[in-house]
Amino acid sequence: MADAKKSEIRKIAASKTMRKLMADHFYELDRAVKEGHPKVAWCTSVGPAELLRAMGFLVYFPENHGAMLGATRMATETIPAANAIGYSPDICSYLTSDIGAFLQKRTPLRDAYKGIEAIPEPDVLVFNTNQCREVQDWLAWYGRRWSKPVLGVECYKGVGEVTDVHVAGIAGQFEAMVPALEEVSGQKLDIDRLRETVRLSRECSDLWKEVLETAATRPSPITFFDSTIHMAPAVVMRGTQTAIDYYRELLAELKARIDDKVAAVEGERLRLYWEGMPIWGRLRDLAMLFLELRTCLVASTYANSWVFTALDGDDPFRSMARAYTELFIVRSDPHKEKYLEEMVKTFSVDGIVFHDSKTCPANTNCRYGMAQRLQERLGVPSITIAGDLNDLRCYSDEQAKTQIEAFVEQLA
Amino acid sequence: MADRFSLGLDVGASAAKAVLLEGEVVRARSIQRSGADFAAAATACRDDIVTKAGLATGDIEHVVTTGYGRRSVPFATSAVTEITCHARGCYAGFPRAITIVDIGGQDNKVIVVEASGDRRNFKMNRKCAAGTGAFLEEIANSLDTPLSSLNGLAAQATGDVKLGSFCTVFAKTELLKLIAEGTPLPEIVKAAFRSVVMRIVEMDPLEGDIVMTGGVVAYNPVIVDLVSEALGRKVLVPDHPQCTGALGAALIGQDR
Ligand code: SF4
Repeated sequence: MADAKKSEIRKIAASKTMRKLMADHFYELDRAVKEGHPKVAWCTSVGPAELLRAMGFLVYFPENHGAMLGATRMATETIPAANAIGYSPDICSYLTSDIGAFLQKRTPLRDAYKGIEAIPEPDVLVFNTNQCREVQDWLAWYGRRWSKPVLGVECYKGVGEVTDVHVAGIAGQFEAMVPALEEVSGQKLDIDRLRETVRLSRECSDLWKEVLETAATRPSPITFFDSTIHMAPAVVMRGTQTAIDYYRELLAELKARIDDKVAAVEGERLRLYWEGMPIWGRLRDLAMLFLELRTCLVASTYANSWVFTALDGDDPFRSMARAYTELFIVRSDPHKEKYLEEMVKTFSVDGIVFHDSKTCPANTNCRYGMAQRLQERLGVPSITIAGDLNDLRCYSDEQAKTQIEAFVEQLA
Repeated sequence: MADRFSLGLDVGASAAKAVLLEGEVVRARSIQRSGADFAAAATACRDDIVTKAGLATGDIEHVVTTGYGRRSVPFATSAVTEITCHARGCYAGFPRAITIVDIGGQDNKVIVVEASGDRRNFKMNRKCAAGTGAFLEEIANSLDTPLSSLNGLAAQATGDVKLGSFCTVFAKTELLKLIAEGTPLPEIVKAAFRSVVMRIVEMDPLEGDIVMTGGVVAYNPVIVDLVSEALGRKVLVPDHPQCTGALGAALIGQDR
């Protein structure tokens, strides 16, 4: 049973800085749309943000908006509007909640940031199918709506070893996008600026990785739930000095926690890994549940998806191609299992929680026997929670809670 | 000594079950419908138990609750999930490596227990009624037949009528078709039972000794026969299959 005594989520002081950065990010985009410059590009979360930034675009990430729709639970009300125009309840609920919100003229940005009335209308929309095909359909909808160009990269799938062939294929597509982007932005690509942006992005990625790795310490100074919040700058501001400064601040705070033996989960007795999408509308409930169970979700594939160690300012196109193809989501099952094995070791994980996210097969890795193979090979037990990233109609609080509690009873 | 008595209360979606242990011995059992008020059902169970055992409520020191309503019982001394309790309750009856299949009112569980009694893993069915007690209630409603008569009807069937679909709503549409075709009632009920069995065997490879528990099993032994038939070996059933969760809870209470 969860400990009767109520625990409190330990607040991270850097959150205050992050909230300000996020506000600046959205106000800057809003101003750009109202004033007509700089140009705004929409980009998928693991799309070529560095290229867009280097070409002078302000970059907006629709998945970030999707996560806000989920976290505010507005998604459950907006999804049906997209379902009604033919976007199935079985497809990505970021897509359906975002398009549904647009149709209903709603956005959580309006509640969070006074004066912002709508999501920023783009001048161009850019996707990379490295994560899934849905992003292409999603951006295409807005492209049609606003008659704006939609550009994209068609990525490989199920990649084992990332080879020069893969890298050349993707780098070629990035380069081929440049003329169209130049036309929209009205500026020529400055290769030195791209190099610098890629370098900054790499530095951001390295710091974010270091932040996540603080969780290897026992007790961990950070939980998966913290990382789902604090990854925002790595997603929306990578390639800027601002993101780097932010992660320096956060890292210093977490290192101080380690020095002072401050645990994110008081009395940490179990350490689990979260595999799959967050359940945005239930982050707080789940964080509280794990806290009461004195169990820390120390690491996740999800938060690590914004670690791009291959980025190299000296070779911007090819290194971007490599970094965006090396991602977990692009890889074959044997590669993914090796990756998870490393994670289990690095973070001294006692068990894995797989989230079978109804509408995101791309981030759901328990449907082809992986959990069973890992248990057999590594002896790591796991559970599978049925749920969804944004569509709470696919999630049972009680069933998930029972499974999590039973798992902890089994491991404790 | 008051703390010799340990009460296990399994407050499930359709019924509350209680087992009172005095040391190793089961002193009393009770089963009450739970409905909308878990606390009331739990209280009714406890009151019934103390009456049967000739005790006062104060004589019971440990009350361990389990099941969906486990956190709704004000007099509980602790709460443990039904997965842990079923494992413990079944292992008490079958102290060896077992795989437990529990068919509950709202969900099904498969729990794999090692020879040592430790749990290896568990699974719960996905978020729909298919294969659960709720499915059979729906079927009984559609057929305008009391739930309690399903087993007797299924036992009369001789054919091999099947329902093909996974989903409860689709299965009910299939029922309408069978009714329209004039399929005899016993055959239709057995088809619904087969559907429950299919939902179970697709949850897990079900290796080794299988122990079945839960209210559906208690009232519908034909389902146990069908699982035995599907697995090609005899499935084990404890003496009071509906009460293994409560027994496990009472045993856990004794440890505390
Ligand atoms: S990866 Fe999943 S959640 Fe993200 S856009 Fe694709 S389908 Fe949606």
